[in-house]
Amino acid sequence: MKMIDYIKNIALGIWRLMQGMYVTLLNFIRSKVTEQYPENRGKVFPHERMRGQLVMPHSEANQHKCTACGICEMNCPNGTIQIATKKELDEETGKEKKVLDKYIYDVGSCIFCALCTTSCPHGAITWSNNFEHAAFTRPKLYEQLNQEGSSLMKKQKTNS
Amino acid sequence: MFHFNVVTDWIDEFLHTYLLDGWALFIEFVLIGLILLTAYAVLALILIYVERKICAFFQCRLGPTRVGPLGLFQSVADMIKILLKELIKINKVDPLLFRLAAFLVIIASICTFGAIPFDKGLHVIDFNIGVFYLLAISSLGVVGILLAGWSSNNKYTMIGAMRSGAQLISYELSCGLSLMTIIMLSGTMQLSVIVEQQDYAWNIFRGGIPAVIAFVIYLIAGHAETNRGPFDLPEAESELTAGYHTEYSGIQFGFFYLAEYLNMFIIAAIATTLFLGGWMPLHVPGWESFNEVMNYIPPVLWFFGKTFFCVFLALWVRWTMPRLRIDQLLNLEWKILMPLSLLNIIFMALWIIYW
Repeated sequence: MKMIDYIKNIALGIWRLMQGMYVTLLNFIRSKVTEQYPENRGKVFPHERMRGQLVMPHSEANQHKCTACGICEMNCPNGTIQIATKKELDEETGKEKKVLDKYIYDVGSCIFCALCTTSCPHGAITWSNNFEHAAFTRPKLYEQLNQEGSSLMKKQKTNS
Repeated sequence: MFHFNVVTDWIDEFLHTYLLDGWALFIEFVLIGLILLTAYAVLALILIYVERKICAFFQCRLGPTRVGPLGLFQSVADMIKILLKELIKINKVDPLLFRLAAFLVIIASICTFGAIPFDKGLHVIDFNIGVFYLLAISSLGVVGILLAGWSSNNKYTMIGAMRSGAQLISYELSCGLSLMTIIMLSGTMQLSVIVEQQDYAWNIFRGGIPAVIAFVIYLIAGHAETNRGPFDLPEAESELTAGYHTEYSGIQFGFFYLAEYLNMFIIAAIATTLFLGGWMPLHVPGWESFNEVMNYIPPVLWFFGKTFFCVFLALWVRWTMPRLRIDQLLNLEWKILMPLSLLNIIFMALWIIYW
């Protein structure tokens, strides 16, 4: 019996070896995952959910949704976001109202945790796929997210 | 079929018409030495490139792509780097043995390399105990490895060298025994005659089942002798940093590196010569037109094609199997491979008598 087991083991070993080699051969033939980045620049499409850079979408009328509430600034763990506000006279009510002046975002200290976007009550900020952040000086990493002369988007009036 | 002996005979005659016999011989010796060393270095560079590419492909990477087209000059750049590196002096080493070890390893490798028949005329030494010579001289490398481990004054190198000694000496046995079955089949140890015999059927077809078993055993044992793949215990990076060549630097390390890669080639070349017909093209008895077409491919290409196929097999196994433990390694040799190859010799004898 022992002799039969011995021979069985050898045959089984060879079979297992061939199974393993089949798997590695499949990997050998498979298309390769390496991206040759500077050569295929512009042809690299990262996953659309990749957090490359914080952006504030603007409408065609140069309007954004940010009410300058400051929740993102408070939620940010390392002070990446700085919000400057200004007072502006509201035409409808005739009262002074706090509006966004400057939304400063520092890529250099951002850890891409997405606490700002998840906590934003109005969906004013999202992530873009741009990942080419390299710059020669630190001030170039600071970025103003709201465009010049942009204003708050008017709330859609719904008849209810 | 174009054989290289036309060229070598022409050079021989040319030298003899203009020079005395002694001088002609001397010049031939120098030429052979130069060509051999150059071929050795160039082959090592090609092998390093091929190995890196194939390893990368097995891991779904691309491998070297930056230096030159497709990274072709990567290994040349590596060679220049290793030649320019400093030879670090290690404290309390045995200086003579430490330096001698690298030379012993590479001398054993070059001497084996010289005896391989690349083509009809491309054969440095062809004598009646060729296979015996190959086995004897290639196992000289063990001495170099043991000396390297012993003289480095480092426990890792010591353990690596001891493992290497146990491994190489054990696997030498089944290596020799599986070559013995083929020598029984061909009835000679002269490499050129063995290759000529395989004109119409390579030994692996001529010898039937025992030859196939011997081929597989030889591949496994030879693979273990090159210290690579699942049998890379002597230089297991995760356990022993780099094994027996931990303390070496610069060109001395380069010698070990070259010898390692060339040993892979040499094992594949011996397998090619003895089992796969050496430089003989694939001939099928009866198919005359097919044989004619096969004859148009030069024998050197046939030799290198088959050899690189064997090298590819070795790399394939290397990236399939995890590293063995030392007791598993010795069990595989003494309990499985050696009994099998002894049985295989008897099987081969019966095959020769009754077939």
